Amino acid sequence: MHSRDNSNPAEHISEASATAEAGGLSVRGSVFDIKRYAIHDGPGIRTTVFFKGCPLACQWCHNPESRQSAPEPALRAGRCIRCGQCVELCRQDAVSLDGGLPRTDAGRCTCCGECIEACPGGAREIIGCEKTVGEVMAEVEKDVVFYKQSGGGVTFSGGEPLCQFEFLLALLSESRARKIHAAVDTTCYAEAEVVDAVGEKADLLLCDIKHMDSARHREFTGVDNDLILDNIRRLCRAGREVVIRVPIIPGFNDDQANIKATGRFAASLCGVERIDILPYNRGGNEKAKRLAAGIDLVQIETPTDKKMRSIAAKFRSRGFKVKIGG
Amino acid sequence: MNERVSRLRKESVETRPYISTERAELITEFYKSDIAEGKSAVVTRALVFKHLMENKAVCINDGELIVGERGPAPKATPTYPELCCHDLEDLRILNSRKKTSFVVSDEVRRKYKEEIIPFWSGRTLREKLFSLMSDEWHRAFDAGVFTEFMEQRAPGHAILDDKIYREGMLDFKRRITEHRGRIDPNDAGSYAKEQQYEAMAICIDAVITFAGRYADKAEELAGECGDARRRAELLHIAEVCRRVPAHAPRDFHEALQAYWFVHLSVITELNTWDSFNPGRLDQHLLAFYEDGLAKGTLTREEAKELLECFWIKFNNQPAPPKVGVTEEQSGTYTDFALINTGGLRADDGSDAVNEVSYMILEVVEEMRLTQPSACIQISSKNPQAFLERACEVIRTGIGQPSVFNTDVIIKELLHDGKSLADARTGGPSGCVTVSSFGKESCTLTGYINWPKIFELACNNGADPATGLQTGPKTGEARDFMSYQQLFDAYSKQLEYFINLKIEGNNRIERLFADEMPAPFMSVVMDDCIAKGLDYHNGGARYNPTYIQGVGIGTVTDCLAAVKYHVFEKQTLTMNELLKAAAADFAGYESLRNKLLNHTPKYGNDDDYADAIAEEVFEAYYRLLNGRDNTKGGKYRVNLLPTTVHIYFGAVTGALANGRKAGAPVSEGISPSQGCDSKGPTAVVKSASRIDHARTGGTLLNMKFNPQLLADAESIEKLAHLIRGYFALGGHHVQFNVITAKTLRRAQEKPDENRELIIRVAGYSDYFVDIGKELQDEIITRTEQQVF
Repeated sequence: MHSRDNSNPAEHISEASATAEAGGLSVRGSVFDIKRYAIHDGPGIRTTVFFKGCPLACQWCHNPESRQSAPEPALRAGRCIRCGQCVELCRQDAVSLDGGLPRTDAGRCTCCGECIEACPGGAREIIGCEKTVGEVMAEVEKDVVFYKQSGGGVTFSGGEPLCQFEFLLALLSESRARKIHAAVDTTCYAEAEVVDAVGEKADLLLCDIKHMDSARHREFTGVDNDLILDNIRRLCRAGREVVIRVPIIPGFNDDQANIKATGRFAASLCGVERIDILPYNRGGNEKAKRLAAGIDLVQIETPTDKKMRSIAAKFRSRGFKVKIGG
Repeated sequence: MNERVSRLRKESVETRPYISTERAELITEFYKSDIAEGKSAVVTRALVFKHLMENKAVCINDGELIVGERGPAPKATPTYPELCCHDLEDLRILNSRKKTSFVVSDEVRRKYKEEIIPFWSGRTLREKLFSLMSDEWHRAFDAGVFTEFMEQRAPGHAILDDKIYREGMLDFKRRITEHRGRIDPNDAGSYAKEQQYEAMAICIDAVITFAGRYADKAEELAGECGDARRRAELLHIAEVCRRVPAHAPRDFHEALQAYWFVHLSVITELNTWDSFNPGRLDQHLLAFYEDGLAKGTLTREEAKELLECFWIKFNNQPAPPKVGVTEEQSGTYTDFALINTGGLRADDGSDAVNEVSYMILEVVEEMRLTQPSACIQISSKNPQAFLERACEVIRTGIGQPSVFNTDVIIKELLHDGKSLADARTGGPSGCVTVSSFGKESCTLTGYINWPKIFELACNNGADPATGLQTGPKTGEARDFMSYQQLFDAYSKQLEYFINLKIEGNNRIERLFADEMPAPFMSVVMDDCIAKGLDYHNGGARYNPTYIQGVGIGTVTDCLAAVKYHVFEKQTLTMNELLKAAAADFAGYESLRNKLLNHTPKYGNDDDYADAIAEEVFEAYYRLLNGRDNTKGGKYRVNLLPTTVHIYFGAVTGALANGRKAGAPVSEGISPSQGCDSKGPTAVVKSASRIDHARTGGTLLNMKFNPQLLADAESIEKLAHLIRGYFALGGHHVQFNVITAKTLRRAQEKPDENRELIIRVAGYSDYFVDIGKELQDEIITRTEQQVF
C-alpha cells in the first residue's frame, strides 16, 4: 500500500505503476463496500467500489467508516439483543458491557470476526476488508449487462481511492482491458504524479471541491485546498474528462461568496461542463455512532430544497450543466 | 379527469361492496322450475344464462357513458350458489371481517336462510368436488400443501382478442349455424356438437336481448331527462346498445361498449377466475381512434373520457366474495383484469406502441384505481420513450403499470406449442400468466407450497403441525449423509404432491366439462365454434393447465443453509438444525443468526444460492411440465403467489433459513423478505437464473424508495434496469414506490390513508384493505435505497 512519506514521489509512483501492471489481478487493497445500482456516481447504472482510508477529516464526513484505512469493528445498536455473548467470546478481552450494550476497544480488537458469526441479532460487523483486484473486478463484472444497457460502469470512490493508487491503477487497467467505463470519485488530495497516472487511466474524474478558501478548508477538513485545486487544473489541462462535485454543507460552504468563487474557478478550467451539487445528509452521523473507534461529527441542518435550487441556478447562470444529488 | 369522470370515480371508490341476492334468486328460481327439464347440461347452462340476462336489473348510472353492471347497481356483488353456496356463517364472516368485507343486509341473510341455502345445500359443485377428492388429497389440502382454485370459482383466465371489434354476435351466430349445418349425423360426437351449438346460439340471443334492454332503458331515461345534453347522451347510448354487440362496432364508443357487454356476459355466466379481460386494448382501439379523429367525430379528450368511464365500470365490479382458503390465497376485491399496452404487432412483429398506448398510461395515472390493472409489454423494438413514460406512472406509487418482456413471452408461448402468429397475439393476464388471447383456456388450478414440502422432507413426510403423515416417508433427515439425499427427499415429496394435485385436477376438469359448461365463453374463444366443443372441454385452441409454484426464495435459502453449514462447513449438524426449527429457534438465537446473516441467500447474485434456485426450478419443471391434462393440453410451470405466501407461511413451521414458524414465505420469484442486500441489479440477476422461457409466467416484485426515482435521470436508469433484466430473459417486474415509513404511518392511521395503493403481487391494492400480516410483510420486503 502507498505510504505518504516516500522521499521521491515520481520514482515511487512509476514503481507502483509497474507493480500494478505486473501484479494485475493479485494486487490487494482495502475496501469497505461495493454498491451496485449506484445511480448517482456518474453516467448510467454503476457499481461503486468504496476504498477505505482518507487523508481528509471533514467535520461533516458522509462516510466516516471510510476514514481509517485498517478494518475496524462496529455495532448496529438497534439490532443488539444485549446477550453479552460477544463479551464472553472475545479472546482479546476487547469487548465490555457499557449500560447493557457491548463496547469494543478498537485498539485491542484484531477483527478476527468470531463475535460476528455468533452475534444473535446480527448487530456486530467489521468494516473494511482486504480484496484483490481480481475479487473486486469479479463483483464489478456482475453488472456488465446493465452498464452496457445504460452507458454506465464502475466508480472508484471512498474514502480516497488515490490513497491506494497501486490498487487503483491496477483496477483501472483491468477495467479498461474489460471495456468497462471507469470513473474515480476523488478529493484530489494526492501527489501530482499520482493524479496524472490515475487521470491517464480513468475515463471520468469526479473531483470534489469543498471550499475555495484554503484556511476554511483546513479548518473543516484538516488540509489546505492548494494541492486539490492544482490537481484539478492539472487534470483539465491534460484534457481529462472532469465533473466538479460540491457537497453543500450549510454554514460551511453554502455562502454566496464561496459559491461564486467555486463557479469562477470551475469556469477557469478548460473542458469542465458539469457541476454536481450534493446536499449534506445526516447519514454520516448515524454511521459514525456505530464505529467502535468513535468519530465526532458536527451536527448540521440539511440544506433546504430551495437552497439547493438557488445554488444550482447560480452555477447554471455560468453556463454549467448542474445536477442536484450527483 | 373531467368533472363527470371525477364524480363517477368518487362514487365508485366510496361505495362499499355489498352482497346482492339477485343472481342467486334468479338461478334458484330457474333450477326450481321445469325450464330445463330434459335438457342437456350445456343447453341448461345456456338457458340459465338467458334467464339471467333477460331478468336481471338494468342499471344506468347518472352521467355515465359506458353502461352495464353485473349486479343491480355498482358494487352490488352477485353470488354463484351453483358453484359455492355461502352458509349463514360465511355471510357473517363476509359482513364482519376486517378486510375485503361485503355488507350483508338482514334481507340478504333472510333470503339466503329461506330460499337459497335450503335449495342449494347438497347440490353445489363445491360439495361434489370435495367429495370426489381422495383422503390423501384432503390431508394435503388441509395441511396447506396446495390450494384449489375451482372449489369456489370457475376456470377462467380468459382474455379476448380483436374478434368482437371485427364482427358482431350475429356474425358469430351465422357461423354457428353454418357449422351446425355441416354436422355429420354419423359422427360419434354429433349429438354433443348439436347441443353445444344450440347452447351457444341461445347465449348469443340472450346477450343481444340484454343490450336491447339497456337501449330501452336509456331511451326511457332520455324521455324523463330534463337536461338536453344528458338526454342526447342517453339517446346516443341507446343507439350504441342497439348496435353492439349484435353487430361489429363502428366507432370508439361502440367498441368499448361492445367489449363491456361481452365482459358482463362472461362474469354473469360464471364467476371465472380473473374475471375477463380485453387484452391488448391499445391495439383493438387504434383504428377506431384514428378513424374518429380523421372523420372529426372524435376528439382526443372524448376518447380519453370514454376510456376513463370504461375504467370505472371495472372498478364497480369487485371480485365475487371468497371464503376460506380461497380468500386466504386471493384476499382482494381486485378481479385481475389486466389491460395490456405496447408489445409487438401480431401481423408483422413490428413495434405496436401507438397513440392509444400512451393515452392508456395517462388514464392509469389519472384514475388511480386498483381495477382494472394495467401492464405494458416491452420488446427490444419498443421505444425507450414509452418505457420511460410508464416508469413515470410507476413513480407515482400506484404499482401500475407492471412491466412484461414481450420477447420472452413469445418464447414462452412457442414453448407451449403455439404458432408464432398466435404467440404474437398473446400476453399476460391476471397476475403474470401468459396466454394466446382469444383462443386459449389457460387454467390455473392452485398454488403449491414448496417451503411446506421442504418441511415435510425434513420430517419424513409427517407434518409437525398435526403429526399426520401428510407426505410419503422419504427418510429421517437427521440420518442424511449428503445434501443430495435431502434434495432427493424434497423432490420425492414434490412429486407425490404434484401427482396428488393432478389426480384431483383430472376429476375437477371433467366435473366442469360435464356439469358446468360455459356456452357463452365458448362463443368468443377460438376454436370452440369450429370444434363444436365447450371452453371447459378442450374447445379452445390451446388448453394448458398450471399449478403455481410458490416460495422459490424460501426453499432456496433453506437448501443453501443445509448445504453450506451442515454438509460443507460442517459447523452444524442436521439434528441440531431440526431441533432448532422444532423449537422455533427459541434458545437457538446464535444459530438463527448464522442462518439468517451468514448464509448465501437467493437474491444477491450469489452463485452459491442461485445455482440452488435453478435446481429447485428444474426439479419442479421436470416433474410437472408436459404432463397431460384432460383437455388435450399440457401442464406448464408458472411462479406467482397473489396473497397465498401469507397463508402458506401461516401453515409452515420454522425452517432451515432461519424463518420462524408462521412467517410469510417468499413471494413469486422475489427473494425472501429482507434477504436481498446487494441492490436491484443483484435481485434481477438472481431472478434471471431460472429459465423464464420455459415457464408460463413468473412474478418479481421490487420495492423502491421514491428517492431512487426522484428525477428524469433516475427514471431513465430504472428503464435501463428493466431493459437489463429483460435482456437477461426476465418475464415480468413490478414496483412499489413507497417508503417503509409511509406504510407504517398508514398502518397506524388507515383512515387518513384510504387512497394509498401498493403493489401486492400481480396486482395493486389499497394498503388499508389488506391484512395486517400482509401489510407487515410488504413493509419488510427490502426497500431499495439510494446509494
